[in-house]
Amino acid sequence: MSTATNGGRGSMLGGASDGGAAPAADRALLPSAEPVQLVDPDGQHNHDDRYPLPDGEQLLGAFGRLVAGRRINDQANALVRQGRMAVYPSSHGQEACQVAAAVVLGNEDWLFPTYRDTVAVITRGVDPLQVLTLLRGDWHGGYDPHEHRVATQATPLATQLLHAVGVAHAAKLRGEPTVVLAMCGDGATSEGDFHEALNFAAVFHVPVVFFIQNNEFAISVPLKNQTVAPSLAHKAIGYGMPGERVDGNDLAALLAVLGAAVDRARDGGGPSLIEAHTYRMQAHTNADDATRYRSADDVERWVPRDPILRMRTYLRALNLLTDEGERAFADEADAIAAAIRKGLNTEVEVNPAELFEYVYTEKTSQLREQAEQLREELARDAGAGAAPDAPADGAGDEGDQP
Amino acid sequence: MTQTTEAPIADRADRAGSTPAPRAGATSTFAKALNAALADAMEADPAVLMFGEDVGTLGGVFRITDGLTARFGEERCFDTPLAEAGIMGMAVGMAMNGMKPVVEMQFDAFAYPAFEQVVSHVAKMPNRTRGKVRLPIVIRIPYAGGIGGVEHHCDSSEAYYAHTPGLTVLAPATVRDAYFMLREAIASPDPVVFLEPKKLYWSKEEVDLAELRRTFDEGEAPRRIGRAVVARQGTDATLISYGPSVPTALGAAAAAAEEGRSIEVIDLRSIVPFDDETVCESVRRTGRAVVVAEAPGFASVASEIVARVQERCFHSLAAPVLRVTGFDIPYPSPKLEHFYLPSVDRILDAVDDLQWED
Ligand SMILES: Cc1ncc(C[n+]2csc(CCOP(=O)(O)OP(=O)(O)O)c2C)c(N)n1
Repeated sequence: MSTATNGGRGSMLGGASDGGAAPAADRALLPSAEPVQLVDPDGQHNHDDRYPLPDGEQLLGAFGRLVAGRRINDQANALVRQGRMAVYPSSHGQEACQVAAAVVLGNEDWLFPTYRDTVAVITRGVDPLQVLTLLRGDWHGGYDPHEHRVATQATPLATQLLHAVGVAHAAKLRGEPTVVLAMCGDGATSEGDFHEALNFAAVFHVPVVFFIQNNEFAISVPLKNQTVAPSLAHKAIGYGMPGERVDGNDLAALLAVLGAAVDRARDGGGPSLIEAHTYRMQAHTNADDATRYRSADDVERWVPRDPILRMRTYLRALNLLTDEGERAFADEADAIAAAIRKGLNTEVEVNPAELFEYVYTEKTSQLREQAEQLREELARDAGAGAAPDAPADGAGDEGDQP
Repeated sequence: MTQTTEAPIADRADRAGSTPAPRAGATSTFAKALNAALADAMEADPAVLMFGEDVGTLGGVFRITDGLTARFGEERCFDTPLAEAGIMGMAVGMAMNGMKPVVEMQFDAFAYPAFEQVVSHVAKMPNRTRGKVRLPIVIRIPYAGGIGGVEHHCDSSEAYYAHTPGLTVLAPATVRDAYFMLREAIASPDPVVFLEPKKLYWSKEEVDLAELRRTFDEGEAPRRIGRAVVARQGTDATLISYGPSVPTALGAAAAAAEEGRSIEVIDLRSIVPFDDETVCESVRRTGRAVVVAEAPGFASVASEIVARVQERCFHSLAAPVLRVTGFDIPYPSPKLEHFYLPSVDRILDAVDDLQWED
C-alpha cells in the first residue's frame, strides 16, 4: 500500500520542500488570536469575515437540540441520584459543543465520542436507551457503531483519536467521501495517543477533524498543569495542520468553525484541530467532589456564558424563536426525558449466558465449558430448568456488520 | 481476619515519647492505612516522592494521597500532565538520579499506556546495567473488581506484571498488610508493582496506625515481601489466595467449618517473589488445595501456583489442585460481575470436588 496518497497537497515534509513554505502559509496554520465568537453572551452578533453566521433555520434547529441536550443531562443526573444509573459524566454547559459536533456531520461521516459525549451521540440519532446501557451497567456498550456511524464511547483517554484516523484513512483508500470528527477533552491532549493521532492524520493527509472540548479541567487538574502552550489549538502547527479556537458556548460559532473544518476535510484539505473554550459546570462525575479543587465562584462566572441563554436571546430578538417554538422544543425535550426515565426505570433482564458470546467469533472450547459451568450453577440455584438458556450461536448478532 | 505473625506491640507504648499512646479499639480503613504509609515514608525519607493523576489537590480519586501535598508541599506530591507513559518514564529518570518515586496509576486499565516503560525499562534496567542502576520505584495501582465499576476500571492485571522478570508484585488483603507492605515496597531497592484491591479500600480493622508506624520504623515489622501468611488454620484442605480474593476464601473456609471441614487459607501477599515454602508446607499437611483468584484463569498467576504446587507436593496430594478464577472473558459490566467473580459457593464446590470419598 502506498502511503504517498496525499492528493497532491504534499505531506508536511513534502509541503515544506515545495519551494520552501512561505511564512504566511505557516502562519495560516495558527489559530485566531481569540476564540471565534459569532454570538456573544448577550446574544449579540459579532461579525467575522472568515466565518459567516449560519442561517436562521440551521440555528433554530440546532437550538432545539441544545434544549434537548440540557434536558438529557438533567435527566441522567437525576437517574444517577435515584440509583438507576451507576455513573454519569455530564456535559452540562458543554451542550453547544455536543450538538455542533453531531449536526455538522452527514450520514456518510463518522463520530468518535468519549464518555462525556452522550449528548452528541444522542443528537446524532442513536437511541438514548442504547447509549445509556454502558452507564447503566448492563453491558459495555449498547449501540451498533455502524448503524449511525458513531464509534463506541471511549474511556481510555485519546485512544479513539487513532481509531478515527484509521477510519478516515480507510475511507480515503476506498474512495469514500467520509469525514471523521473525533472528540477529546483538554486533559487527553497530554496523552501520547493524541500526538500520534495528529501526526498520523497529517502525514497521511486524511479527513479528520480533531475536536477538543477544553472545559478547563481533567477531573481535578486545571489546564495550566497540562500545558503551557499558548492554546491547545496551537499544537496543530507542530504537526503541519491548521488549528482554530472557538467559543465553546457559542452554538453559532461552533457550527461555523466545525462546519468549515468538515468541508475542508471533505474537499481533500486534510485534517485540522479545533479547540472549543468551554467549562465543565458540574463535577467530573457524580463520584467526584469538585469542591475539593475549585470554588463555587469559579463556576458562577461561567453561568452568564451559558450556551442556551445566549442563543435563546439571539433567536428571540430576531423573532426566529417564538413562545410557541420554545414550547415545542421543551415538549420534545420532555418527551426524550420521559422515554429515558421510563426505560431506565424498567428493569432489564441481563443474560449471564451472553458473557461468553462475543469474546471470539466462535466460542473456544474453554469458553463453551465455562458457559456450561455457569449455566449448571444457575440452574441448580434456581431449581432445575429455570436457568437462562444460552443464546444459540450467532443469535444476538442481528444487524450483521457491513 | 486474624494475623498470627505479629509480635505483640502493646508493651512498647510507653516508650513512644511524644507520640500519642495507642488508643484501645482504634480502627483504620485499608485506604487510610495506605495514606499513612505514604505519609510516614515521605517523612522518613526526603527522597520519596509521590506523583500521578489527581494525586495532588484532590488527594487521588480514592483519596490515598489525601493531605500529602498540604503536608509535604507540591514538590513532593504533585499532579502530572495526563499521560501514564510520561509518569512512568519520568519516574525511571528520577530514580536514576537519587529519588524514590511512588507513582499512582489511576486505575488498573489506565496503567496500560505505561506498559512499555514498565516492561522495557523499569523491569530491565537493573539487569542491563549489571546492577549499576537500581530503580526503587513503587507503582501503585488501584486494582481488580467487585465495586460495580464501568469498563476499564476493574481489570486484574497481575499476570502481565508477574510474567515480567525484574518486577516485585504485591497485593495486600488486610489493613495491617496494606500499611507494612507499602512501607516495605517504598524501602525496597527494586521496582514494585503494588496492587491495591479497590473493593478492600473501605474495609476496616482494629489497628492503631501510630503503632504500625513505630513497629516499622523500629525494624520490628516482619518482612512481607516474599512471605505468605496463613490467614486461617485448617487441616483438611488449603485455599491459596491473594488480594481481593482473600476475604472470599476466608468466607468459604468459615462456611466449610459449619459443614465440618477444616480449611486452611493462605494469603500470599507477595505474588513475586513467591513463597513456595509456606504454600507447600500447608499443602503437604492438608493434601488438598484450591487456588482462588479473580483474574481470568487461563495463563494466569493461579496457573503458575497450581503448577508449582503440583511439582513440589505431588506425593502429598490426594486430589488434583483446582482453581476458582474469573472466566476467560473481559471483565463484565456492573450488573453481570457477580456471575464472574469467584464466590463462596464456587469455592465450596471446588472443595467438594477434591476427591473425599475415602
Ligand atoms: C488512559 C487513561 N488514563 C486515565 C483515565 C482516567 N480519567 C478518566 S476521565 C479523566 C480526565 C479527562 O479529562 P479531559 O480529557 O479534560 O476530559 P473531561 O473529562 O474534562 O471531559 C481521567 C484522568 C482514563 N480514562 N484513561
